[in-house]
Order: sequence, then structure tokens, then C-alpha cells
Amino acid sequence: MDSLAAQLQMQYRNYILSLYQQGFLDDQFTELKSLQDDGSPDFVAEVLSLFFDDCVKLVGNMARALDQTGTVDFSQVGASVHQLKDSSSSVGAKRVKGLCITFKELCEAKNYEGCVRCLQQVDIEYKTLKAKLLDMFMFEKQIVQAGGIIPQVDIN
Amino acid sequence: MATTSTGDIEKTKSVEVKKKLNVLIVDDDPVIRKLHEIIIKSIGGISQTAKNGEEAVNIHRDGNASFDLILMDKEMPERDGLSATKKLREMKVTSMIIGVTTLADNEEERKAFMEAGLNHCLAKPLSKAKILPLINNLMDA
Repeated sequence: MDSLAAQLQMQYRNYILSLYQQGFLDDQFTELKSLQDDGSPDFVAEVLSLFFDDCVKLVGNMARALDQTGTVDFSQVGASVHQLKDSSSSVGAKRVKGLCITFKELCEAKNYEGCVRCLQQVDIEYKTLKAKLLDMFMFEKQIVQAGGIIPQVDIN
Repeated sequence: MATTSTGDIEKTKSVEVKKKLNVLIVDDDPVIRKLHEIIIKSIGGISQTAKNGEEAVNIHRDGNASFDLILMDKEMPERDGLSATKKLREMKVTSMIIGVTTLADNEEERKAFMEAGLNHCLAKPLSKAKILPLINNLMDA
């Protein structure tokens, strides 16, 4: 096999493993990848695109709900957090999901400062994940361009 | 198999063709709708989606909808999963309805959802491994 493709494949494997080891992704992402096939070749990119659109929308909703003058409607904030928790769980976005669990508890406790801090962390975290996954797709493109195939990565 | 006419041959052929599983996916989250669509496609089924319980009920109003399976989210705007399930059963919809809940839902909430008329309840996120045994039972029935 061409040495460039082989080298890229090894780097790709290490990169994917690091995403799991650092807690960015969990088993649900593996499930997502397993559903991609010749009949749905862009499925993972499509569902992640929907997820990141969701993040923008829901983080915006949370920010507006927390920015209200007067009494904050924590149930409104909580509703958006709940939605983001569900969608992050569905794509295997482990850190985002974890933050949403904490955020939900802060909403239930009506902890305003905690919610604001958590929102900032959620914002950073989903953007970080997005950048990392864009790098992953770039790797895949480079492997294919070098004549290789994208390897399945065993995370166990 | 012996047949006596062209009509009988056509009828025999259509009985032998395996029916594709026809699924209605009801969820307000586009990420989850997409995920469930692809899971159903991966097991050879076809699907239609609804963004909330009210849309799911409206799809059935003319009496022509015929789904083998409905995947029903619990928390949705306009009409939630519990209300939609109750309404569909009142409308004599006999499809298998699987409620899709979150781990945060407590036992009482899940029980109330089941009592609305579900056949089964599964926790998010769904996967092929979770749903396949239920679908195999449905297809065998």
C-alpha cells in the first residue's frame, strides 16, 4: 500500500482514539459510524451538521432565556438544555451531554450564576467538538485522495 | 404451487414478497428524526416523519395511514407523546407504538406513558441493537 495513505491511516486511527480517550466522543458515535454505508455515504456528516445547527439554535435560546430582565424562567432554559442533552446523546457528543446534565441540575436549583457559567462551557465545548470533527473529515478526505480507504477504528 | 389462472399467480407472488416495514417517526428534534430514519433504513424499512404529536395525529385523520410501527418521542411541543398515543388509540390505530423516553424520566412517568397505549418503551439513544428484537417480533406476528 502507498506509504502516504498508510501513514495517514495510522494518524487517523490515533486521532480517533484520542477523541474517545479525551472524552469528546462515546459509543453512540461508533453506532453512528456503523450506520453509514454505500446507501447512505454522507449520513454521519449530515447528522452532525443537524446537531451543530441544533447547538447554535438551543444555545441561543438558553442565552436569551437567561438574559431576561426581571425573573428568569428556568423551566424555559431547562427545556432547551433537555433538548440539547437528547441530541448530544444521540450523536455521541459525550462532553456536551455531560455538561447538559449538570446544566439541567443548575436550572432545577434556579442557580443563575451557575447556569451562566455552564452555558459558556457548553458554547465552548460544542465549538471545540465541531473543530475536532472537521479535522476528522479532513483526514478522511486526505486518505481517500492518497488512494487509501478510511479504516474502521476499534476503540475497545 | 398449483394455480388455475393468471390472477391466482399474481396473488401468490404478492403474498410471497416480503413487506417492507413502514414506520412513522415522531420527534421534535431533527437530529433524532434523522438518526431514527437511518436506523429504520438500515434494517430495510421505510419511514415518514412528524415533528410532534399533533402532526402524527393529523397524518392519521383521514383513516388511510397504515404504519407497522410508530416511534413516539415523549416530550414534544403542541402535543406530547402521551397525548398523541392516547388519541391514536382512540382513533383505533393498531400500529405498534414504541415510546422513546430519556433516562431522566422516572418510573411513574414511564408507566403513565405505557398506560396511554404503548406496546413498548425504549430509552434514548436508540440503536439497531435495541430496536431490532422488537421489530423482529412484529414482523413474525
